[in-house]
Amino acid sequence: MSAVQSTPETREGWDGTETVSPSARARKRLSSPGASTAAIIIAVLWTLPTFGLFLSSFRPEEEIKNNGWWNWFTDPQLTLENYREVLFGSRTELSTYVINSVAITVPSVVIPVSLALLAAYAFAWMKFPFRDTLFVAVFALQIVPIQIALVPLLQIFVDVGLNGTFWPLWIAHSTFALPLAVYLLHNFMRDIPVELIEAARVDGAGHVKIFGTIMLPLIMPAIAAFCVFQFLWVWNDLLVALTFAGSTSDVAPLTARIAELVGTRGTEWHLLSAGAFVAMIIPVLVFLTLQRFFVRGLLAGSVKG
Amino acid sequence: MARSNARRSAVATGCVLGLSFFLASCGDDGGGDDSDNTDAAGDVDCSEFEQYTEEYGDLEGTEVTIYSTITPPEDEPHIESYVPFEECTGVDVVYEHSDEFEAQLQVRINGGNPPDIAYVPQPGLLETIVQDTGAPVPAPEGVEENVDEFFSEDWKEYGTIDGTFYAAPLGSNVKSFVWYSPTTFEANGYEVPETWDDLIALSDQIVDDGGVPWCQGIASGDATGWPATDFIEDILLRTAGPEVYDQWYQHEIPFNDPQVVDAVDQAGEILKNPDYVNGGFGDVSSIATTDVNQAGLPILEEQCYLHRAASFYAPNWPEDAEIAEDGDVYAFYLPAIEEEFGDPVLGAGEFTVAFDDRPEVQAFQEYVSSAEWANDKAELGGWVSANTGVELDNYQDPISRLSAELLQDDDAVFRFDASDLMPGDVGAGSFWTGMVDWITGAETEEVLTQIEETWPEE
Repeated sequence: MSAVQSTPETREGWDGTETVSPSARARKRLSSPGASTAAIIIAVLWTLPTFGLFLSSFRPEEEIKNNGWWNWFTDPQLTLENYREVLFGSRTELSTYVINSVAITVPSVVIPVSLALLAAYAFAWMKFPFRDTLFVAVFALQIVPIQIALVPLLQIFVDVGLNGTFWPLWIAHSTFALPLAVYLLHNFMRDIPVELIEAARVDGAGHVKIFGTIMLPLIMPAIAAFCVFQFLWVWNDLLVALTFAGSTSDVAPLTARIAELVGTRGTEWHLLSAGAFVAMIIPVLVFLTLQRFFVRGLLAGSVKG
Repeated sequence: MARSNARRSAVATGCVLGLSFFLASCGDDGGGDDSDNTDAAGDVDCSEFEQYTEEYGDLEGTEVTIYSTITPPEDEPHIESYVPFEECTGVDVVYEHSDEFEAQLQVRINGGNPPDIAYVPQPGLLETIVQDTGAPVPAPEGVEENVDEFFSEDWKEYGTIDGTFYAAPLGSNVKSFVWYSPTTFEANGYEVPETWDDLIALSDQIVDDGGVPWCQGIASGDATGWPATDFIEDILLRTAGPEVYDQWYQHEIPFNDPQVVDAVDQAGEILKNPDYVNGGFGDVSSIATTDVNQAGLPILEEQCYLHRAASFYAPNWPEDAEIAEDGDVYAFYLPAIEEEFGDPVLGAGEFTVAFDDRPEVQAFQEYVSSAEWANDKAELGGWVSANTGVELDNYQDPISRLSAELLQDDDAVFRFDASDLMPGDVGAGSFWTGMVDWITGAETEEVLTQIEETWPEE
């Protein structure tokens, strides 16, 4: 890399013999004590509200309502009461809603990703009439806002008799996710070097074989990334859930419950910080499980030589 | 390739792990809901429910869905109060609630999926739904008979749209209260004021003693400003009378009518008087930023002495504060100003609107408009009805009893919260924001004129 660089930066190296690439220079600058201090300050400022929320979630009701979390340092009082109230305080156990959320989210991630993978492969590597027009049409669907589709979709679901089940949510979330999923995965698939595909064809592989043994492993980072985004989107969704699932404990997700923690007249708002952390656990776990797949290099070593 | 395969299977595990979670848990989730219904009231006397089966036929195995703004934990007494009806008639009452009720109800009606019965907290919303969608079903005869017998004309009128009676009142609350601390009052020799002049004299006395008499707060998220609208409505009802009040919310007189300006100015004598407010929080403008649920708490610290708020302020007091006539906190009726208008009471409540005329729906609607149900419900506490068939002794806490006394008082003139009766653009929009401007320094006439200009065209 550095050998072929001939940018002005390289010529202005520290001394005549050593050439420094821009990335190395940047690394050097960013690891200077001043930059490190700035980074630490930014990180602290960034984390502080979350930390405050976390501390708040353990403070007694009266303390939360009367003063800010920083008062904890002068008057340390901790309690698990908020968590107890959030987890076991209502007629319906919170676990019911957690299970509902999982039941809503998992198929709402698996369905669009599976469909989008197949569609993206076809758009990227198969030739058929009106391919580009169709692709633009699919991508254009992105522009349709969810909000204008809610009531017509609800009418359809009620007519078909799916209402009150998980199906409307799975279908709605999948529908809304597909355009972006197809577009994103298509672009990743297009980036796979054509030599690989041709080599596979020469070896006698058909579309199914190419898709299964070449495409899937290579675009795993993209799949993981999309899984995470779609998971977080569906997990945190309240609007679609309220419209299609309502708030009965049969199908309502965790967000619907968290939104109601404050009570009819907002008197229980001290529970919100604890509720937020309970709702956060599973997405954080999913994120940590999947994140190592999409930080790795996309095509590391696939076409060497 | 082996590494890639390992990666792939790990991703698949990540994606699918949850699925097995969900499949595994499906099994033990099934029967969870029904068991809750059977543990209460095993000794129900079913004879009083025979009238429903006689009138509406065998209802065994049917279901009625309820949609309401009353969310946990306040919904529990409601669900519990339906148990006798469920056990005796065999109807399964499914209670559903939402914080987004106003928006979601209209979405569900438009989507063809309305609940059987909705508890609508604003007559204005009821009117909109009836006129825009025509979805509500007029109340059956049994409901109307109950309402004629147990509720005042005023209440029935709020459930009537264009001459058709749709909705029976359910719960109610009273907003014309001033919270105070009986123990502090006794220690300082203050007396509960009986007239408006007494109230002002008491405020002055507290100022002379070096205290700040009032504490108020109108911050309430995206509904900031509403507590001040109640304050204004209470005063208008007292200075100009119920007839002007009715003309005002129906827009027969402009929003900025001189009588309204006078009322707002009179409210300003308290709310914008730097000597009177805002005990425990700061100056006048701190009213705009003080959370409505926190606003009365300085009373306990003796940082303020008077807090005008509704009966439903009660749950905000800490659990160890005793709410009683001789306890730590209690409330008195906000006194009348002009004697000719009697004792005006400002309040609000929910109405039961049916969207289906199946027999079980009508039977349930009749049941919750009856005195029997209201008495049972009152015994569960923390709830008030304008139903005159409720024995006052059945109310469990002093504030509920006090509220019910006012609602049942023949001399009291009840009026519904006007901002709930006005078009949403004003009653849940410019009136709220206008009050924030007013508290933070804008002139009365200027603010009222601005609100008047936002009133939708006929």
